[in-house]
Amino acid sequence: MTVSDPRIDPKGAREDEQITTDPSNPVERMRSGSMTLSLAPWVIAAVVLAFLPMVFTNNSTLTIMNQMSITIVFALAYNMLLGQGGMLSFGHAVYAGVGGFAAMHIMNMSDFFATIPLVVLPVFAGLFGMGLAMIVGSFSTRSAGTVFAMISLGVGELIAASSVIIVAFFGGEEGISGNRTYAQPFFGVEFLQQLEVYYLTAAWVVIAAALMYLWSRTPVGRMANAVRDNPERAEFLGYSARWVRFYSFVASGFFAGVSGGLFAINYEILTEENLNTASSGVILLVTFLGGVGYFFGPIIGAIAFTLLQTVLSLSTELWAFYAGVLFVATVMFFPGGLAGLIMMHVPVFKLGKSKTLIKPYLYTLLPAAIGLLGLAALVEMTFHFRHAATGDNEMTVFWMTFDSHALIPWLIAAAVTAIGLGIAKVTAPDLREAWSEANTAGGKS
Amino acid sequence: MDLILVNIIDGLVTGLLLFMLSAGLTLIFSMMGVLNFAHASFYMLGAYFAYQISIALGFWMGLLIAPLIVGVLGAGVERYGLRRVHQYGHVPELIFTFGLALLIEELVQFIWGKNQMPYSVPEILDFTAFAISGNSIPAYKVFMIFTSVAIFIGLLYVLTKTRVGMIIQAALSYPRTVEALGHNVPLIFMGVFGVGTALAGVAGVIAGPVLGTFPGMAFVLGSIVFVTIVIGGLGSLWGALAASLLIGWITTFAKSYNIEMESILNGIGISTPDNLDESIFRDFWSITSPQIADILPYILMVLILIFRPAGLFGKRSS
Repeated sequence: MTVSDPRIDPKGAREDEQITTDPSNPVERMRSGSMTLSLAPWVIAAVVLAFLPMVFTNNSTLTIMNQMSITIVFALAYNMLLGQGGMLSFGHAVYAGVGGFAAMHIMNMSDFFATIPLVVLPVFAGLFGMGLAMIVGSFSTRSAGTVFAMISLGVGELIAASSVIIVAFFGGEEGISGNRTYAQPFFGVEFLQQLEVYYLTAAWVVIAAALMYLWSRTPVGRMANAVRDNPERAEFLGYSARWVRFYSFVASGFFAGVSGGLFAINYEILTEENLNTASSGVILLVTFLGGVGYFFGPIIGAIAFTLLQTVLSLSTELWAFYAGVLFVATVMFFPGGLAGLIMMHVPVFKLGKSKTLIKPYLYTLLPAAIGLLGLAALVEMTFHFRHAATGDNEMTVFWMTFDSHALIPWLIAAAVTAIGLGIAKVTAPDLREAWSEANTAGGKS
Repeated sequence: MDLILVNIIDGLVTGLLLFMLSAGLTLIFSMMGVLNFAHASFYMLGAYFAYQISIALGFWMGLLIAPLIVGVLGAGVERYGLRRVHQYGHVPELIFTFGLALLIEELVQFIWGKNQMPYSVPEILDFTAFAISGNSIPAYKVFMIFTSVAIFIGLLYVLTKTRVGMIIQAALSYPRTVEALGHNVPLIFMGVFGVGTALAGVAGVIAGPVLGTFPGMAFVLGSIVFVTIVIGGLGSLWGALAASLLIGWITTFAKSYNIEMESILNGIGISTPDNLDESIFRDFWSITSPQIADILPYILMVLILIFRPAGLFGKRSS
């Protein structure tokens, strides 16, 4: 069945086992480089998380930050598969969802729930996610690549579809809900307030992220990378590619379950939406946007995506469309994601030439951004023109209210788009030149 | 007995429709080794384009033009999208087509809105062809069957009897040799991708009036199509046909006969527990076959992947 392809890459990696990063690129090679375990980033993260509520005090911001934290844990768990293990799953929401549902059922078992503190609930959720991952992984991890992706999709659809049939566990259409405050108080804290929940979630994020990072440094975690890059060679070294995949899958299921447990604690309700393919797609989007090549990629992705979702969905109906465009553009032009973009600049900084890039960046990216905003305005106006109720001609884009059926706003938006993108196109060669100059050692600095 | 005949015809319609999608998908897979997640999105585009054209020029022009536009779009996606992503490997290709599927769905909602389009069966086919003991079979269903069969025969003829088909088959198995013989293999790939998506477009044009033309139509059929080609064996055209018909009949029969899990379990000697309402398996006991008809293909796929990973007709390979 495997057909050799004329456009196969010359590096000789097996075509169905390739990863998104390019090993011949020195920047991308660095990700697998140092084995140092530095405490500094973790301490900084913990301190920042501890002080954030003092800056952002209102409840809605806390909710957004909680949402971010849950997504971070889930995206990191997902990246254990996609980035570190090279396994593409289209149904990973199932493990988070089942973990969450299990946590919800524990919340509703009042006798048992009253004897455990709420802070350990995510562990139970994780164990359920892990249990399911063990069952599914026992047959799905036999191969990576397309077959794995197809099984993950099939199992995901299967469980999402059974959620409306198996009402006893999944609660049918309306899902199941519970009350987190019935748990045994944890040092007197009953988690009635949003702030207390925030600290619980934040603590879990740091713990889970640290554990996942440590996992990626264990021999099993390192072997996952080896199996991703070249399973045959890993087998010759005496490791079973299948079992290495299985361990990654199970660990990923555990942490996905933890994120589901955190979701249960935060929202106190779980529905079919936590399981379905759309949720699985979102987590793939988040992880890929952040960058699968680096451990911290999904963290950036989760933060950026949650912000984008919150800000955009408040201001436009079309946010899913923009997210889709962004996703496809990322896959096509920046397969390293945001983390890849950031790490591209490390050599420039090491060469001490970062200053030479500021001006070209300003000249190209600023007009490009303005041009894209103009394009977005055009899109919004088209949408309004086509779908607004007849007679409702007034619309607001970028805090300006105008008549979407008049000609002048269209001309202005089109002009802004053309001029912005035009300038960017003219200055792009300069930027490219400055970039290659900044990446070359020596010369004028 | 009469009901069985009606169900066989209904299942055949569903199966052949599935086959029109899975045939293109499986050709593309055996060519590029990548599953095109956006395949069902091209099916949806076919339906929407045909609807738009049918307003101005009527159904038949829609049937003629819409697949062509979809095919050109598909070829463009291969040329400017997939070929670019290909250098990063297979997983990004899968992710790319997945993103494309999301994007096309959003795009369709952007242009046509979220409501179902009033795309309907042409008047000339809007009559009852024949009736089987009171169950009428609309002429449109007969038309769907004949169109799909004609396309299948045409495809088979082109692939096995013509020079172009020979070159395509050769390019599928020995691309380098074919390239060395002076054929433009990337162009062949682009062409096959275009034809595959155009087939999906045809399926969309003829399915749009009966199954409904709405933004979720790609999603409804999309994952079933993957299931079909996995069950049939990735890359096998005959496998795709067999699996399509199998799935078409299984779902149709499961929907029209109300078989209860309770009676099956009782039949094999397990008696119903007394306090069924309190049992944690109560939902399991009360399952009926119409309820699970839509997830039967997934169950079948998981079973196939466990016991025969290469699929029904697939060749065993790495």
